[in-house]
Amino acid sequence: MIKLEYSIIAGIIEPGARVLDLGCGDGALLAFLKEKKDCRGTGIEINHQEVVKCMERGVSVAHGDIDGSLDVYNDRRFDYVILNESLQQVLHIDRVLDEALRVGKKVIVGVPNFCHLGARLQIFFRGQVPVTKALPYKWYNTPNLRFLSLKDFRRFCAEKGITIEKARYLCGGKEISFSTNLFADAGIFVLSRSH
Amino acid sequence: MNTVETNYVTFPEPLALRSGVAFSPVTVAYETYGTLNNERSNAILVCHAFTGDAHAAFSSKADNKPGWWADMIGPGKAFDTNKYFLICSNVLGSCKGTTGPGSLNPATGKPYGLGFPVITIHDMVMLQKRLLDYLGIEKLLSVAGGSMGGMQALTWPVMYPERVHSAIVIAATYRHAAQQIAFHEVGRQAIMADPDWQNGDYYGKSIPRRGLAVARMIGHITYMSQPSMEQKFGRKLVGKEALGYNFSKDFEVEGYLEYRGQSFVDRFDANSYLYLTKAMDYFDLTENGQKLSEVLASVKADFLVISFTSDWLYPSHQSQELMRAIKATDTDVSYIELTSDYGHDAFLVEIADQARVVSNYLARIARERASVHV
Repeated sequence: MIKLEYSIIAGIIEPGARVLDLGCGDGALLAFLKEKKDCRGTGIEINHQEVVKCMERGVSVAHGDIDGSLDVYNDRRFDYVILNESLQQVLHIDRVLDEALRVGKKVIVGVPNFCHLGARLQIFFRGQVPVTKALPYKWYNTPNLRFLSLKDFRRFCAEKGITIEKARYLCGGKEISFSTNLFADAGIFVLSRSH
Repeated sequence: MNTVETNYVTFPEPLALRSGVAFSPVTVAYETYGTLNNERSNAILVCHAFTGDAHAAFSSKADNKPGWWADMIGPGKAFDTNKYFLICSNVLGSCKGTTGPGSLNPATGKPYGLGFPVITIHDMVMLQKRLLDYLGIEKLLSVAGGSMGGMQALTWPVMYPERVHSAIVIAATYRHAAQQIAFHEVGRQAIMADPDWQNGDYYGKSIPRRGLAVARMIGHITYMSQPSMEQKFGRKLVGKEALGYNFSKDFEVEGYLEYRGQSFVDRFDANSYLYLTKAMDYFDLTENGQKLSEVLASVKADFLVISFTSDWLYPSHQSQELMRAIKATDTDVSYIELTSDYGHDAFLVEIADQARVVSNYLARIARERASVHV
Protein backbone atom coordinates (compact mmCIF):
# COMPACT_ATOMS: atom_id res chain seq x y z
CA MET A 1 0.00 0.00 0.00
CA ILE A 2 1.34 3.41 -0.96
CA LYS A 3 1.39 5.90 1.84
CA LEU A 4 -0.80 8.97 1.31
CA GLU A 5 2.13 11.33 1.87
CA TYR A 6 4.02 9.67 -0.98
CA SER A 7 1.12 10.39 -3.35
CA ILE A 8 0.89 13.96 -2.08
CA ILE A 9 4.63 14.52 -2.56
CA ALA A 10 4.56 12.89 -6.01
CA GLY A 11 1.66 15.22 -6.88
CA ILE A 12 3.73 18.25 -5.98
CA ILE A 13 6.84 17.30 -7.96
CA GLU A 14 7.16 17.89 -11.71
CA PRO A 15 8.14 14.95 -13.96
CA GLY A 16 11.89 14.47 -14.44
CA ALA A 17 12.78 16.64 -11.43
CA ARG A 18 16.13 16.28 -9.66
CA VAL A 19 15.43 15.25 -6.08
CA LEU A 20 17.52 14.90 -2.93
CA ASP A 21 15.84 12.95 -0.10
CA LEU A 22 17.40 13.70 3.29
CA GLY A 23 16.82 10.84 5.71
CA CYS A 24 15.50 8.65 2.89
CA GLY A 25 15.10 5.51 5.05
CA ASP A 26 14.70 2.38 2.93
CA GLY A 27 14.37 4.46 -0.25
CA ALA A 28 10.65 3.73 -0.78
CA LEU A 29 9.79 7.36 -1.52
CA LEU A 30 12.71 7.81 -3.95
CA ALA A 31 11.76 4.59 -5.74
CA PHE A 32 8.13 5.78 -5.91
CA LEU A 33 9.16 9.16 -7.35
CA LYS A 34 11.41 7.46 -9.88
CA GLU A 35 8.59 5.19 -11.02
CA LYS A 36 5.76 7.74 -11.03
CA LYS A 37 7.61 10.91 -11.96
CA ASP A 38 10.80 9.71 -13.63
CA CYS A 39 12.76 11.69 -11.02
CA ARG A 40 16.54 11.64 -10.90
CA GLY A 41 16.96 11.11 -7.20
CA THR A 42 19.51 10.42 -4.54
CA GLY A 43 19.28 10.10 -0.79
CA ILE A 44 21.18 10.38 2.45
CA GLU A 45 20.53 7.88 5.23
CA ILE A 46 22.35 7.27 8.51
CA ASN A 47 21.13 3.74 9.25
CA HIS A 48 23.34 1.09 7.66
CA GLN A 49 20.61 -1.53 7.15
CA GLU A 50 18.30 1.06 5.56
CA VAL A 51 21.09 2.01 3.15
CA VAL A 52 21.39 -1.64 2.07
CA LYS A 53 17.60 -1.68 1.47
CA CYS A 54 17.87 1.48 -0.65
CA MET A 55 20.41 -0.27 -2.83
CA GLU A 56 18.13 -3.30 -3.13
CA ARG A 57 15.45 -0.96 -4.47
CA GLY A 58 17.92 0.40 -7.00
CA VAL A 59 18.01 3.81 -5.35
CA SER A 60 21.13 5.98 -5.24
CA VAL A 61 22.07 6.69 -1.62
CA ALA A 62 24.94 7.91 0.54
CA HIS A 63 25.45 6.51 4.02
CA GLY A 64 25.91 9.31 6.53
CA ASP A 65 24.51 12.14 8.62
CA ILE A 66 22.29 14.80 7.02
CA ASP A 67 24.01 17.47 9.08
CA GLY A 68 27.06 18.83 7.27
CA SER A 69 26.40 16.80 4.11
CA LEU A 70 25.06 19.54 1.82
CA ASP A 71 28.02 21.93 1.62
CA VAL A 72 29.43 19.97 -1.35
CA TYR A 73 26.51 20.95 -3.57
CA ASN A 74 26.22 24.08 -5.71
CA ASP A 75 23.27 26.43 -5.20
CA ARG A 76 20.02 25.16 -6.72
CA ARG A 77 21.56 21.83 -7.70
CA PHE A 78 18.24 20.07 -7.05
CA ASP A 79 14.69 20.92 -8.01
CA TYR A 80 13.47 19.54 -4.68
CA VAL A 81 15.09 18.66 -1.39
CA ILE A 82 12.83 16.43 0.69
CA LEU A 83 12.84 16.03 4.46
CA ASN A 84 10.03 13.56 5.05
CA GLU A 85 9.67 12.66 8.73
CA SER A 86 13.34 13.42 9.26
CA LEU A 87 13.59 17.12 10.16
CA GLN A 88 12.50 16.43 13.74
CA GLN A 89 15.47 14.05 14.07
CA VAL A 90 18.03 16.68 13.06
CA LEU A 91 20.13 18.48 15.64
CA HIS A 92 20.84 21.76 13.82
CA ILE A 93 17.41 22.46 12.33
CA ASP A 94 18.00 25.95 10.97
CA ARG A 95 21.39 25.12 9.50
CA VAL A 96 20.01 22.07 7.69
CA LEU A 97 16.95 23.98 6.42
CA ASP A 98 19.11 26.92 5.27
CA GLU A 99 21.36 24.52 3.39
CA ALA A 100 18.39 22.61 1.94
CA LEU A 101 16.88 25.91 0.71
CA ARG A 102 20.23 26.80 -0.86
CA VAL A 103 20.87 23.55 -2.77
CA GLY A 104 17.21 22.98 -3.64
CA LYS A 105 14.94 25.32 -5.58
CA LYS A 106 12.21 24.13 -3.26
CA VAL A 107 12.12 22.09 -0.07
CA ILE A 108 9.39 19.66 0.90
CA VAL A 109 9.11 19.01 4.63
CA GLY A 110 6.86 16.37 6.15
CA VAL A 111 6.59 16.67 9.93
CA PRO A 112 4.50 14.89 12.56
CA ASN A 113 2.21 17.05 14.70
CA PHE A 114 3.05 16.45 18.34
CA CYS A 115 -0.02 18.48 19.38
CA HIS A 116 -2.87 16.82 17.53
CA LEU A 117 -6.04 15.96 19.43
CA GLY A 118 -5.11 12.36 20.31
CA ALA A 119 -1.79 13.45 21.77
CA ARG A 120 -3.35 16.31 23.68
CA LEU A 121 -5.93 13.96 25.23
CA GLN A 122 -3.24 11.52 26.37
CA ILE A 123 -1.32 14.30 28.04
CA PHE A 124 -4.45 15.77 29.62
CA PHE A 125 -6.22 12.63 30.82
CA ARG A 126 -3.37 10.18 31.33
CA GLY A 127 -0.65 12.61 32.29
CA GLN A 128 1.73 10.69 30.05
CA VAL A 129 3.88 11.57 27.07
CA PRO A 130 1.69 10.52 24.13
CA VAL A 131 2.21 7.34 22.14
CA THR A 132 0.06 7.28 18.99
CA LYS A 133 -0.03 5.64 15.57
CA ALA A 134 1.78 8.61 14.06
CA LEU A 135 4.13 8.87 17.06
CA PRO A 136 4.72 5.25 18.04
CA TYR A 137 7.79 5.78 20.22
CA LYS A 138 8.17 5.86 23.98
CA TRP A 139 10.02 8.77 25.61
CA TYR A 140 13.11 6.62 26.12
CA ASN A 141 13.46 5.16 22.62
CA THR A 142 12.27 7.92 20.33
CA PRO A 143 14.65 8.91 17.52
CA ASN A 144 13.00 12.33 17.52
CA LEU A 145 15.05 15.18 18.92
CA ARG A 146 12.46 17.92 18.29
CA PHE A 147 8.83 17.95 19.36
CA LEU A 148 6.79 20.47 17.43
CA SER A 149 3.27 21.26 16.38
CA LEU A 150 2.25 22.30 12.88
CA LYS A 151 1.60 25.78 14.26
CA ASP A 152 5.14 25.85 15.68
CA PHE A 153 6.54 24.97 12.27
CA ARG A 154 4.53 27.64 10.46
CA ARG A 155 5.67 30.21 13.00
CA PHE A 156 9.30 29.07 12.63
CA CYS A 157 9.12 29.55 8.85
CA ALA A 158 7.66 33.05 9.28
CA GLU A 159 10.45 34.01 11.69
CA LYS A 160 13.17 32.66 9.35
CA GLY A 161 11.80 34.35 6.22
CA ILE A 162 10.88 31.02 4.65
CA THR A 163 7.86 31.10 2.34
CA ILE A 164 5.33 28.28 2.72
CA GLU A 165 4.11 27.85 -0.84
CA LYS A 166 1.78 24.98 -0.12
CA ALA A 167 0.66 23.09 2.95
CA ARG A 168 -1.19 19.76 3.05
CA TYR A 169 -2.49 18.10 6.18
CA LEU A 170 -3.12 14.46 7.01
CA CYS A 171 -5.29 12.82 9.64
CA GLY A 172 -5.45 9.05 9.96
CA GLY A 173 -4.53 8.46 6.31
CA LYS A 174 -6.93 11.10 4.93
CA GLU A 175 -6.36 14.68 3.90
CA ILE A 176 -7.99 17.44 5.96
CA SER A 177 -8.00 21.22 5.66
CA PHE A 178 -9.67 22.63 8.80
CA SER A 179 -8.41 23.07 12.39
CA THR A 180 -5.25 21.42 11.21
CA ASN A 181 -3.13 21.99 14.29
CA LEU A 182 -5.77 20.17 16.33
CA PHE A 183 -6.79 17.35 13.98
CA ALA A 184 -3.86 16.68 11.66
CA ASP A 185 -1.28 14.13 12.78
CA ALA A 186 1.18 15.30 10.12
CA GLY A 187 1.74 18.16 7.69
CA ILE A 188 3.54 18.44 4.37
CA PHE A 189 4.95 21.87 3.52
CA VAL A 190 6.48 23.13 0.28
CA LEU A 191 9.03 25.78 1.20
CA SER A 192 11.08 28.30 -0.73
CA ARG A 193 13.20 31.32 -0.02
CA SER A 194 13.72 34.23 -2.42
CA HIS A 195 17.45 34.33 -3.22
CA MET B 1 32.67 -25.58 -9.66
CA ASN B 2 33.56 -23.94 -12.97
CA THR B 3 37.21 -24.13 -13.91
CA VAL B 4 39.38 -21.54 -15.56
CA GLU B 5 42.78 -21.21 -17.19
CA THR B 6 45.04 -18.18 -17.18
CA ASN B 7 45.61 -16.62 -20.62
CA TYR B 8 48.64 -14.63 -21.72
CA VAL B 9 49.05 -11.96 -24.35
CA THR B 10 52.22 -10.03 -25.24
CA PHE B 11 52.13 -6.44 -26.51
CA PRO B 12 55.28 -5.44 -28.40
CA GLU B 13 54.38 -1.71 -28.63
CA PRO B 14 55.97 0.39 -25.88
CA LEU B 15 53.91 1.61 -22.91
CA ALA B 16 54.47 5.33 -22.22
CA LEU B 17 54.94 5.12 -18.46
CA ARG B 18 54.36 8.08 -16.13
CA SER B 19 58.05 8.13 -15.26
CA GLY B 20 58.80 9.03 -18.88
CA VAL B 21 60.14 5.58 -19.75
CA ALA B 22 58.78 3.87 -22.87
CA PHE B 23 58.62 0.23 -21.83
CA SER B 24 58.25 -2.88 -23.97
CA PRO B 25 57.49 -5.66 -24.48
CA VAL B 26 54.77 -6.36 -21.90
CA THR B 27 53.04 -9.67 -21.28
CA VAL B 28 49.69 -9.66 -19.48
CA ALA B 29 48.24 -12.63 -17.58
CA TYR B 30 44.44 -12.56 -17.47
CA GLU B 31 41.40 -14.72 -16.83
CA THR B 32 37.79 -14.32 -17.93
CA TYR B 33 34.56 -15.67 -16.44
CA GLY B 34 31.10 -15.79 -18.00
CA THR B 35 30.16 -14.91 -21.56
CA LEU B 36 30.50 -11.65 -23.44
CA ASN B 37 27.09 -10.79 -24.93
CA ASN B 38 26.58 -9.95 -28.61
CA GLU B 39 26.47 -6.21 -27.89
CA ARG B 40 29.72 -6.54 -25.89
CA SER B 41 28.01 -4.49 -23.20
CA ASN B 42 28.17 -6.76 -20.15
CA ALA B 43 31.93 -6.68 -19.43
CA ILE B 44 33.24 -5.91 -15.95
CA LEU B 45 36.92 -5.51 -15.15
CA VAL B 46 37.95 -6.68 -11.69
CA CYS B 47 41.20 -5.21 -10.34
CA HIS B 48 43.19 -7.15 -7.78
CA ALA B 49 44.87 -5.85 -4.64
CA PHE B 50 48.59 -5.65 -3.84
CA THR B 51 49.58 -9.32 -3.74
CA GLY B 52 46.67 -10.67 -5.77
CA ASP B 53 46.70 -12.16 -9.24
CA ALA B 54 44.58 -12.75 -12.33
CA HIS B 55 42.89 -15.75 -10.70
CA ALA B 56 39.91 -13.93 -9.21
CA ALA B 57 37.23 -16.61 -9.50
CA PHE B 58 36.30 -20.19 -10.36
CA SER B 59 38.69 -23.04 -9.71
CA SER B 60 42.08 -23.12 -11.38
CA LYS B 61 42.41 -25.92 -13.97
CA ALA B 62 46.05 -26.32 -13.01
CA ASP B 63 45.74 -26.82 -9.25
CA ASN B 64 42.04 -26.56 -8.34
CA LYS B 65 42.67 -23.44 -6.23
CA PRO B 66 39.66 -21.10 -5.91
CA GLY B 67 40.10 -17.47 -7.01
CA TRP B 68 40.84 -14.74 -4.46
CA TRP B 69 37.32 -13.27 -4.85
CA ALA B 70 35.51 -16.56 -5.59
CA ASP B 71 32.94 -15.67 -2.91
CA MET B 72 31.96 -12.57 -4.88
CA ILE B 73 32.31 -13.77 -8.49
CA GLY B 74 30.44 -16.78 -9.92
CA PRO B 75 27.02 -18.02 -11.04
CA GLY B 76 24.37 -16.29 -8.91
CA LYS B 77 26.97 -14.38 -6.92
CA ALA B 78 27.42 -10.60 -6.60
CA PHE B 79 29.32 -10.42 -9.87
CA ASP B 80 26.99 -12.93 -11.52
CA THR B 81 28.80 -14.82 -14.27
CA ASN B 82 25.42 -15.89 -15.69
CA LYS B 83 24.81 -12.22 -16.52
CA TYR B 84 28.17 -10.55 -16.81
CA PHE B 85 31.50 -11.15 -18.49
CA LEU B 86 34.28 -10.71 -15.92
CA ILE B 87 37.89 -9.98 -16.70
CA CYS B 88 40.77 -9.93 -14.23
CA SER B 89 44.38 -9.31 -15.19
CA ASN B 90 47.57 -9.37 -13.16
CA VAL B 91 48.98 -5.85 -12.72
CA LEU B 92 52.13 -4.47 -14.30
CA GLY B 93 55.10 -4.97 -11.96
CA SER B 94 53.66 -8.04 -10.24
CA CYS B 95 55.09 -11.55 -10.31
CA LYS B 96 52.04 -13.58 -11.26
CA GLY B 97 52.38 -13.78 -15.02
CA THR B 98 52.35 -10.13 -16.08
CA THR B 99 55.74 -8.52 -16.77
CA GLY B 100 57.49 -7.37 -13.60
CA PRO B 101 60.98 -7.05 -12.11
CA GLY B 102 61.34 -10.84 -11.97
CA SER B 103 60.62 -11.24 -15.71
CA LEU B 104 63.38 -11.81 -18.23
CA ASN B 105 64.68 -8.67 -19.88
CA PRO B 106 64.91 -9.65 -23.57
CA ALA B 107 67.78 -7.19 -24.02
CA THR B 108 70.01 -8.92 -21.46
CA GLY B 109 68.52 -12.38 -21.18
CA LYS B 110 68.46 -11.88 -17.38
CA PRO B 111 65.67 -10.82 -14.99
CA TYR B 112 65.10 -7.05 -14.88
CA GLY B 113 65.63 -6.68 -11.13
CA LEU B 114 66.08 -2.98 -10.42
CA GLY B 115 66.40 -2.43 -14.18
CA PHE B 116 62.59 -2.60 -14.23
CA PRO B 117 61.08 0.91 -14.46
CA VAL B 118 59.21 2.38 -11.49
CA ILE B 119 55.52 2.08 -12.30
CA THR B 120 52.33 3.78 -11.10
CA ILE B 121 48.65 2.93 -10.67
CA HIS B 122 48.02 4.95 -13.86
CA ASP B 123 50.48 2.71 -15.73
CA MET B 124 48.65 -0.40 -14.51
CA VAL B 125 45.37 1.05 -15.79
CA MET B 126 46.94 1.95 -19.14
CA LEU B 127 47.99 -1.68 -19.56
CA GLN B 128 44.50 -2.92 -18.62
CA LYS B 129 43.06 -0.61 -21.28
CA ARG B 130 45.40 -2.16 -23.82
CA LEU B 131 44.09 -5.59 -22.83
CA LEU B 132 40.49 -4.42 -23.30
CA ASP B 133 41.35 -3.03 -26.74
CA TYR B 134 42.83 -6.43 -27.56
CA LEU B 135 39.67 -8.18 -26.29
CA GLY B 136 37.51 -5.81 -28.35
CA ILE B 137 35.65 -4.29 -25.42
CA GLU B 138 34.80 -0.67 -26.15
CA LYS B 139 33.00 0.18 -22.92
CA LEU B 140 32.97 -1.53 -19.55
CA LEU B 141 29.73 -1.93 -17.66
CA SER B 142 31.83 -1.52 -14.53
CA VAL B 143 35.33 -1.64 -13.10
CA ALA B 144 35.65 -2.87 -9.53
CA GLY B 145 38.31 -3.53 -6.95
CA GLY B 146 39.35 -3.33 -3.32
CA SER B 147 42.43 -1.70 -1.78
CA MET B 148 45.02 -1.23 -4.57
CA GLY B 149 42.33 -2.62 -6.89
CA GLY B 150 40.05 0.19 -5.71
CA MET B 151 42.70 2.74 -6.65
CA GLN B 152 42.76 1.28 -10.18
CA ALA B 153 38.95 1.22 -10.33
CA LEU B 154 38.92 4.90 -9.33
CA THR B 155 41.62 5.83 -11.87
CA TRP B 156 39.81 4.16 -14.78
CA PRO B 157 36.99 6.71 -15.24
CA VAL B 158 39.48 9.55 -14.70
CA MET B 159 41.85 8.33 -17.43
CA TYR B 160 39.25 6.90 -19.80
CA PRO B 161 35.90 8.62 -19.13
CA GLU B 162 34.35 7.24 -22.33
CA ARG B 163 35.30 3.66 -21.63
CA VAL B 164 33.43 2.86 -18.43
CA HIS B 165 29.83 3.22 -17.19
CA SER B 166 30.58 2.79 -13.50
CA ALA B 167 33.29 2.20 -10.93
CA ILE B 168 33.07 0.24 -7.67
CA VAL B 169 35.76 1.51 -5.29
CA ILE B 170 36.13 -0.61 -2.14
CA ALA B 171 38.34 0.02 0.93
CA ALA B 172 40.54 2.41 -1.02
CA THR B 173 41.64 6.02 -1.23
CA TYR B 174 42.20 8.71 -3.86
CA ARG B 175 45.51 9.64 -2.27
CA HIS B 176 48.01 7.58 -0.29
CA ALA B 177 48.46 9.33 3.05
CA ALA B 178 51.56 9.64 5.24
CA GLN B 179 50.66 6.71 7.50
CA GLN B 180 50.03 4.42 4.53
CA ILE B 181 53.35 5.42 2.96
CA ALA B 182 55.08 4.92 6.32
CA PHE B 183 53.97 1.30 6.70
CA HIS B 184 55.10 0.57 3.15
CA GLU B 185 58.47 2.15 3.74
CA VAL B 186 59.08 -0.07 6.79
CA GLY B 187 58.32 -3.10 4.59
CA ARG B 188 60.68 -1.92 1.87
CA GLN B 189 63.45 -1.21 4.35
CA ALA B 190 63.06 -4.70 5.81
CA ILE B 191 63.58 -6.19 2.33
CA MET B 192 66.47 -3.93 1.38
CA ALA B 193 68.20 -4.46 4.75
CA ASP B 194 68.34 -8.21 4.06
CA PRO B 195 71.86 -8.98 2.74
CA ASP B 196 70.30 -11.54 0.40
CA TRP B 197 68.47 -8.75 -1.42
CA GLN B 198 71.75 -7.83 -3.20
CA ASN B 199 70.35 -4.67 -4.79
CA GLY B 200 67.57 -6.69 -6.31
CA ASP B 201 69.90 -9.01 -8.18
CA TYR B 202 69.11 -12.20 -6.30
CA TYR B 203 67.38 -14.26 -9.00
CA GLY B 204 68.87 -17.74 -9.21
CA LYS B 205 70.73 -17.10 -5.95
CA SER B 206 69.53 -17.04 -2.36
CA ILE B 207 66.50 -14.74 -2.06
CA PRO B 208 65.80 -12.16 0.72
CA ARG B 209 63.50 -14.51 2.64
CA ARG B 210 63.85 -12.87 6.03
CA GLY B 211 63.31 -9.32 4.78
CA LEU B 212 60.28 -10.21 2.67
CA ALA B 213 58.74 -12.23 5.53
CA VAL B 214 59.11 -9.28 7.93
CA ALA B 215 57.58 -6.94 5.34
CA ARG B 216 54.60 -9.30 5.03
CA MET B 217 54.24 -9.54 8.82
CA ILE B 218 53.95 -5.77 9.06
CA GLY B 219 51.47 -5.79 6.21
CA HIS B 220 49.32 -8.40 7.91
CA ILE B 221 49.08 -6.35 11.08
CA THR B 222 47.72 -3.43 9.04
CA TYR B 223 45.18 -5.67 7.28
CA MET B 224 43.64 -6.87 10.55
CA SER B 225 41.98 -4.88 13.33
CA GLN B 226 42.51 -4.68 17.05
CA PRO B 227 39.23 -6.57 17.78
CA SER B 228 39.86 -9.23 15.11
CA MET B 229 43.37 -9.91 16.49
CA GLU B 230 42.04 -10.00 20.04
CA GLN B 231 39.32 -12.44 19.04
CA LYS B 232 41.62 -14.64 16.96
CA PHE B 233 44.66 -14.74 19.25
CA GLY B 234 44.16 -12.85 22.49
CA ARG B 235 47.14 -13.76 24.66
CA LYS B 236 46.96 -17.45 23.80
CA LEU B 237 50.30 -19.23 23.99
CA VAL B 238 51.70 -21.26 21.14
CA GLY B 239 53.03 -24.79 21.72
CA LYS B 240 53.65 -24.26 25.43
CA GLU B 241 51.81 -24.24 28.76
CA ALA B 242 53.61 -21.29 30.34
CA LEU B 243 55.77 -18.35 29.35
CA GLY B 244 59.22 -19.45 28.19
CA TYR B 245 61.23 -16.55 29.64
CA ASN B 246 63.36 -16.50 26.50
CA PHE B 247 62.96 -15.15 22.95
CA SER B 248 61.41 -18.20 21.35
CA LYS B 249 57.78 -17.77 20.32
CA ASP B 250 55.42 -17.45 23.28
CA PHE B 251 52.22 -16.12 21.75
CA GLU B 252 49.97 -17.51 19.06
CA VAL B 253 49.96 -14.17 17.24
CA GLU B 254 53.74 -14.47 16.86
CA GLY B 255 53.39 -17.91 15.33
CA TYR B 256 50.66 -16.70 13.00
CA LEU B 257 52.74 -13.81 11.68
CA GLU B 258 55.75 -16.09 11.25
CA TYR B 259 53.65 -18.55 9.28
CA ARG B 260 52.12 -15.81 7.13
CA GLY B 261 55.53 -14.31 6.47
CA GLN B 262 57.17 -17.59 5.52
CA SER B 263 54.36 -18.82 3.28
CA PHE B 264 54.36 -15.46 1.50
CA VAL B 265 58.05 -15.78 0.60
CA ASP B 266 57.21 -18.88 -1.42
CA ARG B 267 54.63 -17.11 -3.54
CA PHE B 268 55.77 -13.52 -3.97
CA ASP B 269 58.82 -11.75 -5.36
CA ALA B 270 60.58 -9.25 -3.07
CA ASN B 271 61.26 -6.81 -5.91
CA SER B 272 57.58 -6.81 -6.89
CA TYR B 273 56.88 -5.95 -3.26
CA LEU B 274 59.10 -2.87 -3.64
CA TYR B 275 57.64 -1.81 -7.00
CA LEU B 276 53.98 -2.27 -6.11
CA THR B 277 54.19 -0.54 -2.72
CA LYS B 278 55.94 2.35 -4.48
CA ALA B 279 53.15 2.52 -7.06
CA MET B 280 50.58 2.80 -4.27
CA ASP B 281 52.63 5.41 -2.43
CA TYR B 282 52.84 7.52 -5.59
CA PHE B 283 49.08 7.36 -5.99
CA ASP B 284 47.48 10.78 -5.56
CA LEU B 285 44.72 11.94 -7.91
CA THR B 286 45.27 15.48 -6.62
CA GLU B 287 49.00 15.47 -7.31
CA ASN B 288 48.89 18.54 -9.53
CA GLY B 289 47.47 20.67 -6.73
CA GLN B 290 43.95 20.43 -8.12
CA LYS B 291 40.97 19.83 -5.91
CA LEU B 292 39.66 16.27 -6.16
CA SER B 293 36.29 17.51 -7.44
CA GLU B 294 38.13 19.33 -10.27
CA VAL B 295 40.05 16.16 -11.15
CA LEU B 296 36.75 14.27 -11.25
CA ALA B 297 34.90 16.97 -13.23
CA SER B 298 35.40 15.19 -16.59
CA VAL B 299 34.31 11.82 -15.21
CA LYS B 300 31.12 10.40 -16.67
CA ALA B 301 30.92 7.16 -14.73
CA ASP B 302 28.55 6.50 -11.87
CA PHE B 303 30.25 5.44 -8.61
CA LEU B 304 29.73 3.01 -5.78
CA VAL B 305 32.10 3.60 -2.84
CA ILE B 306 32.34 1.09 0.01
CA SER B 307 34.35 1.28 3.23
CA PHE B 308 34.45 -0.85 6.39
CA THR B 309 34.07 0.34 9.98
CA SER B 310 37.17 -1.37 11.38
CA ASP B 311 39.50 -0.66 8.41
CA TRP B 312 42.14 1.62 9.90
CA LEU B 313 44.59 1.21 6.99
CA TYR B 314 42.14 2.77 4.49
CA PRO B 315 39.76 4.40 6.94
CA SER B 316 36.19 5.40 6.08
CA HIS B 317 36.94 9.12 6.20
CA GLN B 318 39.09 8.73 3.07
CA SER B 319 36.19 7.07 1.24
CA GLN B 320 33.86 9.79 2.54
CA GLU B 321 36.14 12.51 1.17
CA LEU B 322 36.04 10.74 -2.18
CA MET B 323 32.25 10.43 -2.00
CA ARG B 324 31.87 14.14 -1.20
CA ALA B 325 34.14 15.15 -4.09
CA ILE B 326 32.10 13.01 -6.51
CA LYS B 327 28.90 14.63 -5.23
CA ALA B 328 30.29 18.02 -6.17
CA THR B 329 30.42 16.88 -9.81
CA ASP B 330 27.52 16.04 -12.12
CA THR B 331 27.92 12.31 -11.76
CA ASP B 332 26.10 10.09 -9.27
CA VAL B 333 27.58 8.27 -6.28
CA SER B 334 26.31 5.77 -3.76
CA TYR B 335 28.27 5.19 -0.58
CA ILE B 336 28.02 2.73 2.28
CA GLU B 337 30.17 2.06 5.31
CA LEU B 338 29.72 -1.64 6.02
CA THR B 339 30.02 -2.96 9.55
CA SER B 340 32.86 -5.42 10.06
CA ASP B 341 35.49 -6.38 12.61
CA TYR B 342 37.88 -7.73 9.99
CA GLY B 343 39.77 -4.51 9.37
CA HIS B 344 41.12 -3.91 5.87
CA ASP B 345 40.76 -7.61 5.03
CA ALA B 346 36.98 -7.14 5.24
CA PHE B 347 36.68 -6.54 1.48
CA LEU B 348 37.87 -10.12 0.93
CA VAL B 349 35.97 -11.85 3.72
CA GLU B 350 32.94 -9.74 4.76
CA ILE B 351 30.78 -10.98 1.92
CA ALA B 352 27.06 -10.94 2.85
CA ASP B 353 26.20 -7.22 2.83
CA GLN B 354 28.93 -6.42 0.34
CA ALA B 355 27.45 -8.91 -2.12
CA ARG B 356 23.91 -7.53 -1.66
CA VAL B 357 25.11 -3.99 -2.26
CA VAL B 358 27.28 -4.82 -5.27
CA SER B 359 24.75 -7.10 -7.03
CA ASN B 360 21.92 -4.60 -6.71
CA TYR B 361 24.17 -1.75 -7.79
CA LEU B 362 25.29 -3.63 -10.90
CA ALA B 363 21.69 -4.51 -11.75
CA ARG B 364 20.79 -0.80 -11.63
CA ILE B 365 23.76 0.28 -13.73
CA ALA B 366 23.05 -2.46 -16.29
CA ARG B 367 19.42 -1.30 -16.50
CA GLU B 368 19.84 2.46 -16.40
CA ARG B 369 23.24 3.21 -17.89
CA ALA B 370 24.08 0.42 -20.26
CA SER B 371 20.62 -0.92 -21.21
CA VAL B 372 21.96 -4.43 -20.73
CA HIS B 373 19.18 -6.98 -20.74
CA VAL B 374 20.16 -9.61 -18.25
